[in-house]
Amino acid sequence: MDIDLMLKVYPFFLEAAGLTILLSILTAILGLFCGILGVAARLSRFAFIRFLGAAYVSVFRGTPALIQLFILYFGGPQIGIQLDAFEAGVIGLGINAGAYMTETIRGAIISIDKGQREAARTLGLSSWQAMYKIILPQAARLMVRPLGVNLNMLIKATALVAAISVIELTYTAQRYIGSTYKPFEMFLLAGVLYMIIIYVVGRGVAWLDRKVQIT
Amino acid sequence: MTDKQDFVDIRHAQKSYGNLEVLKDISLKVKRGQIVAIIGPSGSGKSTLLRAINDLDPLTKGEIWLDGVQVNKKLPHRQYEKHINEMRQQIGMVFQHFNLFPHMTARDNVAMAPKMLKGLSKEEADKLAEEQLDKVGMLERIDYYPSQLSGGQKQRVAIARALAMHPKLMLFDEATSALDPELVDEVNQVMKKLAEEDMTMIIVTHEMDFAASVCDRVLFMDQGVVVEEGPPEVLFKNPTKARTREFLGKHLGANK
Repeated sequence: MDIDLMLKVYPFFLEAAGLTILLSILTAILGLFCGILGVAARLSRFAFIRFLGAAYVSVFRGTPALIQLFILYFGGPQIGIQLDAFEAGVIGLGINAGAYMTETIRGAIISIDKGQREAARTLGLSSWQAMYKIILPQAARLMVRPLGVNLNMLIKATALVAAISVIELTYTAQRYIGSTYKPFEMFLLAGVLYMIIIYVVGRGVAWLDRKVQIT
Repeated sequence: MTDKQDFVDIRHAQKSYGNLEVLKDISLKVKRGQIVAIIGPSGSGKSTLLRAINDLDPLTKGEIWLDGVQVNKKLPHRQYEKHINEMRQQIGMVFQHFNLFPHMTARDNVAMAPKMLKGLSKEEADKLAEEQLDKVGMLERIDYYPSQLSGGQKQRVAIARALAMHPKLMLFDEATSALDPELVDEVNQVMKKLAEEDMTMIIVTHEMDFAASVCDRVLFMDQGVVVEEGPPEVLFKNPTKARTREFLGKHLGANK
């Protein structure tokens, strides 16, 4: 193993890791936004909107994220959607992550005992008041860990945007392999950096989870 | 207009789930200040009837009236929501499994709805919570979370929570069924106290002794119909229907 080479190139990898982190943050924000919309749709009282929510989830969970990215980035221009690779990466992965987050958030909400909602409605709270005052505060505590899992998956999924030539960590590794012919070292370096990011995020999620459990 | 006497008026209540009829044309009138107990085997429809009164389990057919206003009015969705939320503020309900809000202290469980729905300030709502919790003997536990309370204590907080909205009518859905036997009495005492204050109450219960001691009237329900009703001294001592006798025989026997 060529340690010297790894030490020589790692600053460039760090820079690429920065882009991976930025990509992850933007994707997570868009994903959460889509997830909240998705849940609102899934729990709507209108059957058609519920159907749209369910369709969103099954389409985006039922097809490879890579295909979704390809359709958006390579197929988009054909139907008038012009995005650069980074934009396509964030939007494609964000919408994909939103489908998973929809189910995570919904799972937490529907796991709250229905007696809670009944008690709230019985006091005269509206459906919305019962949701934000009684259901969501309890569901939020249950969401932290599974949303952390979504975040973990999402960070790793950012590697896919290498395929549409966003110069993030995985793409950077591929580029350096082209000039060094050392795939073991280059992918190992990328892998270690992914692991560090995932570890830090995991600790953050665990901390947040402990924080919200204290009542 | 309803007769002023008929404070609660249930007219031809019917409910079915598909082909299964759980309530078959039940009518019931309750006067202001009256206490009515509904007894019957499980699956008799007694809880369904109680939960239809505040439209938690909507009827398939029939009308529910409270103090001259129809509770289950047919209205467009938005108007209905507004109407039912106003009606429900006047109807307190106590559940078998308490359904306290676990993320709130006893105080906040009681103060939340008055603050949110009646525009009370935090100070006013807190004071109201103190009064209501004092009434059920829970003042010293006011800052406890539900998880720190016993079943009987939880149920007393749940009663205080319902009372804080100053309801015209209280519904009790097997309020003591989930309690350890030694905790039943403290909840019964609170309910007795309410009875003495002339609160109108409809109580679904398995406790014949309690029903006999506080109620003005007892309904025996089976398979979605009221089999027999009358004052407790008549219904418990001299039931006329064989089905009632059979049920009471089993239950009074089991209680002794």
